Amino acid sequence: MSGQAAGDALAGHAAGAAEAAAAAERALGLAGHLPVLVVLVPFLAAPLAVLLGARRLTWPITFAAALFSLAAALSLLSGVLGGDAISYHIGGWAPPLGIEYRIDAANAFVMVIVSAIAVAILPYARASIAAEIPARQHVLFHALFLLALAGLLGVAATGDAFNLFVFLEISSLATYVLVAMGAYRDKRALTTAFSYLLMGTTGATFFVIGIGFLYMSTGTLNMADLAQIIAQQPGNRTIHAGFAFIIVGMGLKVAMYPLHLWLPGAYTYAPSAVSAFLAATATKVAVYVLLRFLFTVFGPQYTFEAAELTWVILPLALLAMFAASFIAIFQVNFKKMLAYSSIAQIGYMLLGIAMLSQTALSGTIVHLFNHAITKATLFMVIGAYVLRAGGAFYRDIEGIGRVMPWTSAAGVIGGLSLIGVPGTAGFVSKWLLVQGALEKGWWWMALLVVASSLLAVVYVWKGIETAYLRAPRDDVDRREAPLTMLVPIWIMALSTIWFGLSAEWTVGAAGTAAEALMSGASELPISGGAGH
Amino acid sequence: MELATLTGLTMAIPLAAAVANPLLRRQHNLRDSLTLLAAVATFATALAILGRTGGESSAPMRALTVMPGLDIAFAIEPLGLMFALIASGLWIVTHIYGVGYMRGNGEKGHARFFAAFSLAIASVMGLAFAANMFTLFLFYELLTLSTFSLVAHKGTAEALKGAKTYLGTLMGTSIGLFLVAVVWTYTATGTLDFTPGGILRGHVTGSLVPVLLGLYAFGIGKAALMPFHRWLPAAMVAPTPVSALLHAVAVVKAGVFTMLKVGIYIFGIDFLAETGASTWLMWLAAWTIIAASVIAMQQDNLKRRLAYSTVSQLAYITLGMALATSMGVLGGGLHIATHAVGKITLFMAAGSIYVATHRTEISQFDGLGRALPVSFAAFFVGALSIIGLPPLAGSWSKWLLILAAADTGEWIIIGVLMLSSLLNVAYLLSIVGRAFFLLPAEDTPQAWSEAGPLVWGPPAFTALLCVVLFFQAGAVTDFLVPIAEVAP
Repeated sequence: MSGQAAGDALAGHAAGAAEAAAAAERALGLAGHLPVLVVLVPFLAAPLAVLLGARRLTWPITFAAALFSLAAALSLLSGVLGGDAISYHIGGWAPPLGIEYRIDAANAFVMVIVSAIAVAILPYARASIAAEIPARQHVLFHALFLLALAGLLGVAATGDAFNLFVFLEISSLATYVLVAMGAYRDKRALTTAFSYLLMGTTGATFFVIGIGFLYMSTGTLNMADLAQIIAQQPGNRTIHAGFAFIIVGMGLKVAMYPLHLWLPGAYTYAPSAVSAFLAATATKVAVYVLLRFLFTVFGPQYTFEAAELTWVILPLALLAMFAASFIAIFQVNFKKMLAYSSIAQIGYMLLGIAMLSQTALSGTIVHLFNHAITKATLFMVIGAYVLRAGGAFYRDIEGIGRVMPWTSAAGVIGGLSLIGVPGTAGFVSKWLLVQGALEKGWWWMALLVVASSLLAVVYVWKGIETAYLRAPRDDVDRREAPLTMLVPIWIMALSTIWFGLSAEWTVGAAGTAAEALMSGASELPISGGAGH
Repeated sequence: MELATLTGLTMAIPLAAAVANPLLRRQHNLRDSLTLLAAVATFATALAILGRTGGESSAPMRALTVMPGLDIAFAIEPLGLMFALIASGLWIVTHIYGVGYMRGNGEKGHARFFAAFSLAIASVMGLAFAANMFTLFLFYELLTLSTFSLVAHKGTAEALKGAKTYLGTLMGTSIGLFLVAVVWTYTATGTLDFTPGGILRGHVTGSLVPVLLGLYAFGIGKAALMPFHRWLPAAMVAPTPVSALLHAVAVVKAGVFTMLKVGIYIFGIDFLAETGASTWLMWLAAWTIIAASVIAMQQDNLKRRLAYSTVSQLAYITLGMALATSMGVLGGGLHIATHAVGKITLFMAAGSIYVATHRTEISQFDGLGRALPVSFAAFFVGALSIIGLPPLAGSWSKWLLILAAADTGEWIIIGVLMLSSLLNVAYLLSIVGRAFFLLPAEDTPQAWSEAGPLVWGPPAFTALLCVVLFFQAGAVTDFLVPIAEVAP
């Protein structure tokens, strides 16, 4: 009892401190509003770009907005790396009635990933979309890109469950259209965009039904508040149902193995720049939402003891790691191979969640980042291939290693990171997952993790064999990709090496985030929730 | 210069050569001379390290922290320094030979070839000086990747198949088993530093010790312990200089070197002896020695025969570690050096025969000895050294291993070593006999002669080294004694 009281006092104290700090920052002006500006700037830049309508201005506006978001996200992350959280009340309305934006290490990290990928992809996208999308659509493309970016950032930033749903839909709707824009190159983009729309909307509907159930039994939509009330009602069946709806809904968005059917098509037929952006960000943000609900809203105890979710997620994660990897081996389209590999890699992230340990969860969170930069590299390389060779089928890119040596070398680096070769980013996350498994004494799990990376060796090898060891086709445009593509590709490729050799920062940030998540909501500073 | 700078240079120089090679794609002479210069400089740097430390172990030098607790760090230690000296010294010889071979044979893609070669040497240097298991693992994988393109170099269907087996086995074992062993060690002990006396005592107990040793022994696929030995014959599709340096010296020795490191600095010889965890490994190594020799006898392709001979000889070194005595470790360490000079002689002689006659099958060698006296004489000397006859280097390491087996009372192992020598006689000397004593086949042109001094010179030189090393073996063992005398 006394421990509980001490905990409460601590929480109250921390809340007071956080509030004071937040108030002080708000007085400073712009800096205090960063939690909302990080979302708002790209969000408002989208209509601005459309209203101005000038094609020359669109790209600078888009890029500036993304750059601002990155700077803001980095500044937010540096503010919360110590382990505390920033609470921002929209319009000054105190939560739980008002909408709260709550930044801690976990979501600041995700926001950095999303905005950094956007900043890296935008310069690359210029040449890519110029070839794949007619010029009259470029303004709309950039506006949609901004909306998708703002939506993803909003999902990460918000501390309000319904607000989260709204941003999820903003980003999803924008994404459906972006995927459909691949139709200028391949008409199949239309049908895949449609099935993506159906499945994405189903997921979102499940999610919002779940939120509805929670609201019914708790009367609040603020996540921190929800967490407190749910903890007091362990036997509530409505909450159980809400939990199930939310997990299934987010499972669709995450592309958890049997719910993954929308993903390969969407990644394959979307314009190359969109594939790269989506693969690096969309599922990562969905994994974050899953983490947020499993650990913060419901709490590790509820999720893993009462609902025994470990034994639901674990088999699905293993299934993804093996089945999707196997399917990836037999693909003949480079983009589709990478799409299936993404599903397998999501399996790793789910595995880290299911293992429920500090180390494994750090592995999951750091893999969000490492896999994002790895897949961005690879999809950007494929985009360059598509530009020069006209397609992403293996038969289109035979022997392209000799024609486009720089692009292909970056692709090899990305492939090595996908396997998890030491010295690349992918290795770091795999190390943490294996370590997490061994710490638990699950040696069979450690063996399964490495066995599944051996499947990655096979499909990466097939790609390398196609690109390097076959004779180049005669009709291929015998030129290296333009510099505007090469430079971003190499920035990404080198960052996979950099974050593989010097992972202190990423592992540190992921560790802080994992610690915050593992401790559940109770020890986080809660502002305004004392009334219950 | 600082020791850290010197250590860095041993990796930086070959790395620079690897970068320079593709840039100088067209200037053949300049490019090959620069690489030669790099090889000499690397060897000189390794010698400078020897001069500075006198073989004493140094403190770890941290280069980079990858994750909290996991550093990329380097340290000087006798076994590693010896390995670095061998690899860089033989790089000079092989580079000269390689230039002669690649030009004499009209092979393609010289720049790519020598770039990958230099990168492989840089990885070997990093591996030799690694101060902890994590660093070693990093360079171990880098070595696999850089040599992979050498194996696939010819680009033929056969080369691709060999390369696939090569990559599949080495990647499969290293990621599937070795990595698990490393993470397990780290999870159990909280460190991966190479520590005299080992780090596992008190952290891993009972029947788990042999299991962990098994993960290491099979995970280190480069040591070619059966049943993970098939990559080695498969890799013989590579041009002969690659087989000579990388698959007789650098790659396979990186494997057994890692094995010795694991035995000495991770488990600790005394810990292995007390727990008896390595007994099964000793029997497996003995089995590999005999079985690989028997397979070697049946090979008609010379390089494949040599490959199986390598499998058998590598198991000697694993055996030395598995015997878990000071003498065994010493014998294993010495065998790294003696087998290196012996086997590289055999491979370079084989390549020399190929360049001159384009014959690869032993059954076609009848009577070639008169046309190619230097090549076959060098082959003869190398063969005697591998067999272990005085006055050649190989006799000492075999002698130490037999002593070690006698120390532990493993009489059967002594029998195995003796039998293996007899088998070596059968499959190596028969080649020389064929060449010198049988009459040439009817289709053999009379005009055949040695291919040129760049090709026959290096094997003659290393054959000479086999003799020199016989008389200098005492110096090498004295140098290595510190690794065997580690007290817990």
